[in-house]
Amino acid sequence: MANSKHGVGGLTYDTSKRHWPNEANVFIALIILILIFESLGLLTQGQSFLFDSKDRFDSIFNEQRLKIIILQVSIIGIIAIGVTQVIISGGIDLSSGSIVGATAMIAMSFAQVAEVNGRPNPKAIFLEQGWVDLPIIIPILVGLCCGIVAGGINGLLIAYTRIPPFIATLGMMVSARGIAKWWSKGRPISFPTDDFEMIGNGFGGWMPVVIFISLAILFYLILKYTVYGKHTYAIGSNEDAARMSGIDVRRHKVLVYAIAGMLAALAALVVSSKNLTAQSGMGVMYELDAIAMTVIGGISLAGGRGSIVGTVIGALIFGVIISGFTFLRLDAYYQEMVKGIIIVGAVVLDQWRQRNAATRA
Amino acid sequence: MNDVILETHDLTKHYGGVFALEAADFTLHKSEHVAIMGDNGAGKSTFVRQITGVEHRTRGNIIFDGEEVSFDGPLAAREAGIETVFQTLALADDLDVPDNLFLGREMIKFKLGPFSILDYKGMRDATIRGLETTGVKIPNIRNTIRNMSGGQRQCVAIARTATFHSKLTIMDEPTAALGVQETVQVENIISTLKENGEPLILISHNMRQVFDLVDRIVVFRRGRIVANLNKEETDGQDVVAYITGAKTDPNYAMEGDV
Repeated sequence: MANSKHGVGGLTYDTSKRHWPNEANVFIALIILILIFESLGLLTQGQSFLFDSKDRFDSIFNEQRLKIIILQVSIIGIIAIGVTQVIISGGIDLSSGSIVGATAMIAMSFAQVAEVNGRPNPKAIFLEQGWVDLPIIIPILVGLCCGIVAGGINGLLIAYTRIPPFIATLGMMVSARGIAKWWSKGRPISFPTDDFEMIGNGFGGWMPVVIFISLAILFYLILKYTVYGKHTYAIGSNEDAARMSGIDVRRHKVLVYAIAGMLAALAALVVSSKNLTAQSGMGVMYELDAIAMTVIGGISLAGGRGSIVGTVIGALIFGVIISGFTFLRLDAYYQEMVKGIIIVGAVVLDQWRQRNAATRA
Repeated sequence: MNDVILETHDLTKHYGGVFALEAADFTLHKSEHVAIMGDNGAGKSTFVRQITGVEHRTRGNIIFDGEEVSFDGPLAAREAGIETVFQTLALADDLDVPDNLFLGREMIKFKLGPFSILDYKGMRDATIRGLETTGVKIPNIRNTIRNMSGGQRQCVAIARTATFHSKLTIMDEPTAALGVQETVQVENIISTLKENGEPLILISHNMRQVFDLVDRIVVFRRGRIVANLNKEETDGQDVVAYITGAKTDPNYAMEGDV
């Protein structure tokens, strides 16, 4: 039933009409950005940014560059997926970077090989044949639990004490960083088992991308097609209306932040596995990069609007900027300056678009 | 069973030391449209909030559809069949019409706890049926509420009633923020409800509207019901006298006792 004639006056209810999606604008921005780097590359470096310029006929694109673009954003991209749903629900999460640090330390201590430099690892188990590695499921479960607990505490604080999400997650940001340092008294933890190494290096190094894209698809579907997603948008759009409609807003918020924490923990597993080590300083500034990706992707900080598609494109824009600057042999300092400008620009554009939409209606 | 849909006895709400609502005895018959009038702070909205479970009453009983009820929250009231159009529109601006109608009671295609899959098509079809029965005209139901006029928004809120076949509709100043034409549209919908025999409690400040649309007028003053007037036996001046306190009726609870 795509169309139905109205009883009075033959008015049509069109159920198929859609608006120009915001994600399309973000995608156009990505294309423009690539074109800028492409032309700057041809002008200043004499080579193409994305296309294969070495006259090899087996590939059109510069695969190396494409891999770098997506690989370097996929770990923070995993966090950004969690942050996206938090922001859609009208909140903010500043703690994800620190949750990465704490989770990486704790999980890695369970992922170490049984004997490090001839000494048994304190977490390893002793069987008849000697010291044995813990199965990979243990560090994964411990890590994910860390994230769920930290995120759950964020959610409980926000839902039940009614403090602003900014403050609650700022507290968690500081505390979780403290836990990361306290866990091994500031020492890095290295030598994970071979199994654990696969989390960040499997599929010929593509594993982080595989995890990022699968999660992006999963959460795209969850946000669009499930009650959880609908309620997340509803709460971000009008919390009072959501409450009056009988949605358990507090329970839902706890769930949203716990899932965000879990995804940050997953990012921690990937990054510590990829680097084969965990340090207490891991994940510093990740939360801001993740928020920046979502904002660039058109997710409104006011809540209620945006989608994972936007976040994925936002992440790609991030990757293109980083690779583009390296490609143009510009200093990393410029990178950060431009990143800042793009974040602010994305929000200004979003506001401007909002006002335009409001006056049209 | 009798034809009373809603009855309250001694319904009372105190906020700390403030007596917002005091011993309200109220009766609503099936297919009856009743207006609640009164000055600001007279207890009209407080009365509605006790019935719909938005707040918990200090004491008193509510009998709805022959059974004594005590709703934990607005959802419970809604599930029992009381649909409320709130003064502040309870709509999520970024969602479209079906999403808003079904907010908090979504149709489910596949049950999976909080991650249950939504039945978008079912909700869209039900929305269109609901809009058709109320005569609400919204050109594009996939449009978000943000892009709609005040009248359209109010219509969406009212269309919930028709979509869910509620037993009682409560409207808290549905036309307070609307223009002339939009007001007419909403009033037409209210008339449709009357023709369909659906009971309604209408809170309104608009004397003309009240006399056009309802059968009976209940006046609140300082947290108490002070008058219960049949439309035929009263006039605007009379009602205003009760609202301002210029006239008092010791036997207000007796029907038609004016």
